[in-house]
This record gives sequence, C-alpha cells and structure tokens, in this order.
Amino acid sequence: MTNAAQPAAAQPAPAHAALDPALRRDLCFAVQEFNADYADTLDRGDIEAWPGFFTEDGVYRLIARDNADAGLPLSLMSCEGMGMLKDRAYAIAHTEMFAPRYVLHVISPARVSDYRGGLISAQANYAILETLVDEPTRLLQCGRYRDTFVMHGDRLLLKERNCVYDTVLVPTCVVYPP
Amino acid sequence: MTNTSRFDPDDGATPDDVSDLRWPADPAEIPDWIYTDRRIYDLEQARIFRGHTWNYVALDVELPQPGDYIRSYIGDTPIIVARDADGRVRAFENRCAHRGAEFCKSYRGSTKQFVCPYHQWTYDLSGALVSVPFRRGVKGLGGMPADFELGAHNLRSLNVTTRHGVVFASFQDDIESFEDYLGPEMLDQFDTVFDGRTLKLLGVHRNTLQGNWKLYQENLKDPYHATLLHTYLTTFGLFVAGNKTMIMTDAKGRHSTLCNARPQGRPDNDPSKSEIRSFHAAMQLADPRVIQLIPEKDSPWTSNAITIWPNLILLRQTNILGARQIVPMGPNQFMLIWTTFGFADDSPEMEQHRLRQNNIFGPGGFIGIDDNEAIKFVQDGVMRSVPRHGVAPLGKDEEGPDVVITDRAIRSMYRHYRAEMGL
Repeated sequence: MTNAAQPAAAQPAPAHAALDPALRRDLCFAVQEFNADYADTLDRGDIEAWPGFFTEDGVYRLIARDNADAGLPLSLMSCEGMGMLKDRAYAIAHTEMFAPRYVLHVISPARVSDYRGGLISAQANYAILETLVDEPTRLLQCGRYRDTFVMHGDRLLLKERNCVYDTVLVPTCVVYPP
Repeated sequence: MTNTSRFDPDDGATPDDVSDLRWPADPAEIPDWIYTDRRIYDLEQARIFRGHTWNYVALDVELPQPGDYIRSYIGDTPIIVARDADGRVRAFENRCAHRGAEFCKSYRGSTKQFVCPYHQWTYDLSGALVSVPFRRGVKGLGGMPADFELGAHNLRSLNVTTRHGVVFASFQDDIESFEDYLGPEMLDQFDTVFDGRTLKLLGVHRNTLQGNWKLYQENLKDPYHATLLHTYLTTFGLFVAGNKTMIMTDAKGRHSTLCNARPQGRPDNDPSKSEIRSFHAAMQLADPRVIQLIPEKDSPWTSNAITIWPNLILLRQTNILGARQIVPMGPNQFMLIWTTFGFADDSPEMEQHRLRQNNIFGPGGFIGIDDNEAIKFVQDGVMRSVPRHGVAPLGKDEEGPDVVITDRAIRSMYRHYRAEMGL
C-alpha cells in the first residue's frame, strides 16, 4: 500500500544558505517577538485585535494536514484580506455560540528560511491547549505555522499564515483561530 | 474449519435485556436513556447500522482509479471502500480474517492489494484472500491444514450501491433498492444536490463530538433552532424566520429535508422578525462574498438540508455542497466526517467561491461551531443530571410541510426508530 499523496506539508522548507547569520538572527528574533504578541492577544481572548496582525491583503488559512498532503484545498478557516479577517473576528466575538474557554498557545522558536524582495519566509511549530469549565485541559491543536511576513514600519505583519495541523480529528470544534 | 466471508444477518440482533427501559406514553417525550445507555447503543448497531439500512460510505470521486481506496465506517465498524481492477466499487470490513487486525491505517491511498502487516495475509481489491505465507509450512512441516480454503477467509464484504456518484453500503443483501429506500420525494431532494454531474473533491473535515449520534440527526430535523441558535445566519440575512421554508419527511418518517429560500437582497425588517433578537438590519459583512449566492441550480430553494437515515446529512447551502457522515463511537460520542465537494466543470473562480463559502460549515465554521457546541451541551446535560424525559412538543403531526416551527420531523424519526429497535 502506498499513500497516493505526496506529503508536501511535511517537507521542511530548505534553509536559505545565502542568508547572513546576523540577519537571520535578527529576523528570527523579530518573528519570535511577533509570535509572542500574536499568542498573547489570542490567549487573552482579544479576538477583535487579531486582524491587526495581518496586512490589508493578508491571507489566513487553517488546514488539516491530511488535506494538505493530498493536495486538497479545503480549509477549516480561510480569510482572504482584511474584510474576511474582520468578519471572522466579528463572528467569533458576536454571533457564534460556544462554551467559555481558555486557550493557550505554545509556539516553538521560529525558523527563518528566506528573506528576499522584502518578504520573510518563516516557520514555527505550535500547540494550543484548551480549557473548559469543569473539564481537564486538553490538546486542541498541534501544527505548524508556514508564514510570509513583511516589514511595516518598525514591525512585522503577516502577508500569509498557513496553519497546517496534525490534530486532524478535531475535538468538538476550533473556535479561535490558531 | 469455518470462517465466513459474509456477515451473519442476525449477528448481535439478540439484545441484552432492556425491559427496564420504558418509552414514555406521551409521543412528545424522548427518554434520556436513548442517548446514554450502552445496551441501547449496541442494539442500534445491530438493528439499525447492521440492519436493513443503506449507509453512506464514500463519494465515487474519492476513488477515481482502480486500486484507489479510502477508510470509512458503517455505524462504528471500520471498513474500506475500494475500486477493484474492473472499476467496480467494493466495500469490506477493515479487519484481517486471520487475527483480527485493523490493517488499513491510511485515510486514503492507492494499492494493488491489501497486505495485513502482522502475517502478510494478502487480499485483492475485492477483499478476496489471495495468498498466505508458509501455506505448506517449511520443509513440509507446519503450515495450513490440508482443508484450508483461501475462499473461506476473505474479508467480510458488504452490499454496495451507488447513485449519481455517491456510494452506499449495507450489511444486508435482501434490502430494497436505494431509490425505494429514499422514496420519491427524498430522491428528488437527493438529486437536487447530486444531479449526476461529475463531482470534484475539495477536502474533508473530521471532528469528534461528545454527544450521542442521534442528536446530530435531530439537529437537522429541527427548524426551530435554526434562527435562534445560528445568530450568524440571522445577523447577515441568510436564514430569517419568515423566509419561505419547508420541512418534510418520507413516508416512513426516517429521512427528512429542510428547504429554505432566501430572498434576493437583504430581508426587510418585518414584524415576524422582532422575536429574533439577533437580526440586525444594519449589520453588513465587510466582505459579503462569503454569503453571496451564485445561481447554479434550477431549484426554488437556496438551501436543502437532507437527512438520510441513519448516517448521512447532505447539505446544499448557497453554493456549499457537502456530505456529513455520522460515525457512532459509543453512546456518548460520535465522529463527523464532512466531505466537501464541487463539480468537475466548476471554473477556478467558482471553486474558490465554494472554498471561501465553506467558512460557514465544518468544526471551525460560523454555524458549524454553534451546532457542535449545542450538541455537547445536551449530552453534558443528559449524562450528568438526574434522568428526565426531554420534550419535542412543537407543532402537530398532521400539519403540512410549510409549518416549520415544529418538532414533527424529530417525532417521526423516533416513531421509526422505535419500530426498527423494537422499543
């Protein structure tokens, strides 16, 4: 038996050999600071601040790894541009019904693989722990961010964040974007 | 030596004693124990999922070439659906005839044969056992008994039927045709979603849910909740009380369809909506492409939510097309497999539109989240509290399909359920 699909998502992005080590260190630090802010915002429940981490044309996708590996385009969440990012945040804050919960992101050190044309390619692994009232904390998601950042003034913004999750069998639902 | 390549039709049909469980006399009442009792669960597997039912197992388009296969389920039984060398779709149990190993551990793939890794018993694409190692032993010693017949140790196979690219399977051979199983009205609804055009698979969502599997059937037979729970629908005008809506069931009451026609443009602020607190006439999506309707079907309805007993929900909502497969996992949990598709002749723009619109459904969807959470709330309640009958009292059984603030379809499902279960 062979798996028909090529495991594209599982292939590591090649490290860009030409990247100057000092520059790479600076970029990794900037991405890690960004990810720490991103996690803090979501973990505090401030979902309506989440679109602010993206460019106006920013793309966000949450993709099950088996779909990614099979080349299937369906996302669990997908936002193309600021309008859809804001609509997702509004829906979570004001229209969706769900039990109150804590989420906690644990994000690995970032790995910057490329920097060209003002675009930074980076990856980091993430795990999200979810805690509901009177229930033990459980693993909601583990996966990998595959990111493209741009510098915007003195800060980074996401031009694209693809969250490819290994936890294919979702426990109940994913409310807040990973 | 006996083994069999078929299931025993009466397998497990002798129930544990459930005489302590009494269905309430009031037809509007639903007892807690149908959601929580293990004996009831086991009886459901035998009488319903292994009984005279057609169970959704795959889409044809998931198996385009001979050798393609997917993992699937009937009830809680793991199965494999594969296309054999002749192009025929086959379904068989994912359990080696030798020592019982669930040998196929990939969601999907392509193969020439299935080999159980434990002792390399090898089956062809129809599930027939084609070889066993050391059949004659080593140097004439050991090996299989002289009367060992490969053909008596095939994978147990299932009865398979397809309609318009959708694959259904049954444990039973003496079962009516799928068309008769659905009945004319539901078949017409089925063909609204699957009109015979070649499908294109877009992807699959999977989730577990802490709830009894029947709660998911109930959810789609319950128009009452649609405008009350799903604030997203009402806030952005997708489904508002007062829209043209219909709910109907088949003659036996086991299948149902909930159809809704959304007016062009935004709904007017009429008095019938005053009870829907969440309807905001002024509220607009920043990017309304997510709910935009691109006309593509000659249908008066903009959404059809079809339940096919016992394990399938078909949903056409605006331009979203999907099949939700219910996989029971014990009385208190089930798995949902959301298979999402478009048509092979969709333009790239139409495919992108469907993908964008799928933000509404799935276990991360604007309204998918509401339903999954609400079902968990119900299961938490019935599992943890002192037992008490729930009620489904709205509407009258003799009312027509245009009366939609009603529990009629839930009651009709349980009338059928009781007959099938002998309760």
